[in-house]
Amino acid sequence: MEILVCARRVPDTSENEIQLNGAGNDIERDDLVYSINEPDNYAVEEALQIVAKSGGNVTVATVGTDEDEEILRREMAMGANHGVLLSDDAFNGSDGKGIATVLKGFVQKNRFDLVLTGVQAEDGGAQVGGMLAAMLDYPFASLVNSIEVVDGTKLKISREIEGGNREMSEIDLPCVLSIQTGINEPRYVGMRGIRQVASLEIPTYGASDLGVDAASVGEAAANVKRDDYFVPVLGKGATILEGSNEEIADKLIAMMKAKGGLQ
Amino acid sequence: MTARIFAYIVHKDGVLDDTAAELLAAAKKIDPSASPTALVTGSGAELDTVCNSLCTSYAEVWKIASESLAYPNAELVRQALTKLLPAGALVLVPHNHFGIDLGPGLSIKMNAAFVSDVVGIDGVDGTALKVVRQEFGGQVSTHVRCNISSGAVINLRPGAFKPVQSAPVAGVVIDKSAEVGAVTAKRRYLTTVVAEAGDVDISKEPVLISIGRGIQEKDNIGIAEELAEAMGAVVSCSRPVVDAKWLPKSRQVGSSGQTVKPKIYLACGISGSFQHLAGLKGNPFIVAINKNPKAPIFQVAEVGIVTDMLEFLPELTNKIRAMKQVSV
Ligand SMILES: Cc1cc2nc3c(=O)[nH]c(=O)nc-3n(C[C@H](O)[C@H](O)[C@H](O)COP(=O)(O)OP(=O)(O)OC[C@H]3O[C@@H](n4cnc5c(N)ncnc54)[C@H](O)[C@@H]3O)c2cc1C
Repeated sequence: MEILVCARRVPDTSENEIQLNGAGNDIERDDLVYSINEPDNYAVEEALQIVAKSGGNVTVATVGTDEDEEILRREMAMGANHGVLLSDDAFNGSDGKGIATVLKGFVQKNRFDLVLTGVQAEDGGAQVGGMLAAMLDYPFASLVNSIEVVDGTKLKISREIEGGNREMSEIDLPCVLSIQTGINEPRYVGMRGIRQVASLEIPTYGASDLGVDAASVGEAAANVKRDDYFVPVLGKGATILEGSNEEIADKLIAMMKAKGGLQ
Repeated sequence: MTARIFAYIVHKDGVLDDTAAELLAAAKKIDPSASPTALVTGSGAELDTVCNSLCTSYAEVWKIASESLAYPNAELVRQALTKLLPAGALVLVPHNHFGIDLGPGLSIKMNAAFVSDVVGIDGVDGTALKVVRQEFGGQVSTHVRCNISSGAVINLRPGAFKPVQSAPVAGVVIDKSAEVGAVTAKRRYLTTVVAEAGDVDISKEPVLISIGRGIQEKDNIGIAEELAEAMGAVVSCSRPVVDAKWLPKSRQVGSSGQTVKPKIYLACGISGSFQHLAGLKGNPFIVAINKNPKAPIFQVAEVGIVTDMLEFLPELTNKIRAMKQVSV
């Protein structure tokens, strides 16, 4: 099976304290730690497990700039056969539909049986996979948390629905699936693995290579645009307990006793 | 504002989802004079019950009945809606597991814009719908403009729009089934597998020590278990702890886990994502323990402690043990 995984490099929100920049039009990016978007990494692992059983190749593609190459190399160190960078000034400022349009161009220049994305990225969009599928007229399923290859024409999948219940379906190939975290246990990538792929050539394709009309992507074509970033003021917020850990523990114990949570 | 507004109604076993009223409230924020149309797919008597119950709040209810739509398979629903919706329509969809499946593809088929996980609506400015979204795990918000000149699909976060009380309307149900005709999809629903029950039922526990990604390693889980034991409480968690297989799924609080209603909830190393908070009901006394003072959990907690949980929790455990020894 030929599998494409669409992946993205994002600031790691669990590691970073996000601050706004002075102008309020972006976050302060200088000291951020970047990594591969977490669900995308699960998607790559899933693709690797499928080809280990059924044969084929895994290609990881990202729409971005040279800086994003590092996640392609990381996923190649994990075992992906190819990494490709889809990059062009014309892509800058694309909304979700613009990104899906670029990826569609790449899919149509190749032959993939299965296209995977992560469920969502740090902007919570959860959109590129579903859009790409609709553009290609492939069936789509989101929030996928298990995949079983039935034969060369279809998969049996489950989607995560409310309460952790699983919706089981059969889906025809080729298809697009968005992968939910927890579907597998992504393998560890060591420094040694990264070094081994450090000098591999990463092909870069622009709008004309992909047959993408530059007017259909980028900022000018975007229907959805951010005006600014801001920090919302919600409710009164928590009363912050001050002092040493020991002092705070005493205060907290008194509060929990008062609430009947401690006898 | 001339665009016609539609609301996709989620329902189950003949009962309306809470989002049915929330979408109505959101439509009024787009246009206070709007009279949105409810879109309801399904089959049989349950569908009729749902359509009828919508008639007091929605002036027009489009009923789309078909055996193949008995289960809400977004691939089929998308086709049905694409056949029916007029050009330029604004379609409101709840951003839950169904809306995530439906919205993006529907927008492409309608040749319309798409915005996901909207938490606020500021109104319309020319051809732009102004909405509020969150990014980076809720740490920052953004004002977003969506060009609605050729229609849009707007996915709304469940719980973000408070239902508004308004005078009941005498709505009508319009049967659109014939216009839709047969729908088929390359994705076929088979069955639903219900999540396994765990060793303890966290939904019934009065005190939960809940741990998130801040616990950092499997070996640290013991720190939380010791505190729980000292307090007579139970350990629950956020999703990353389950993803890493450090605790079973039955311990997960949130939209894709359990709904809990404790009296006291200690959120330790949990950032406070909306999917996590969706599982927290009954107005508990929330204590947030987090080393990042900007973590969104501090906005919903009663009491906050900005510290390293790995140091603080053992301290708390020792204090409680000492206290219990004295009182024995
Ligand atoms: C469809 C869908 C359904 C989902 N369902 C659920 C669900 O049911 N339940 C759920 O929980 N999530 C769910 N999620 C995931 C959710 O979006 C968040 O990613 C998740 O809740 C984050 O968990 P967390 O707060 O533990 O981790 P993070 O967001 O990574 O936060 C970790 C926090 O720990 C703090 N921290 C780190 N180290 C320490 C330390 N030593 N001491 C103190 N604090 C520390 C950090 O400052 C940070 O605030 C779902 C996501 C999707 C897309």
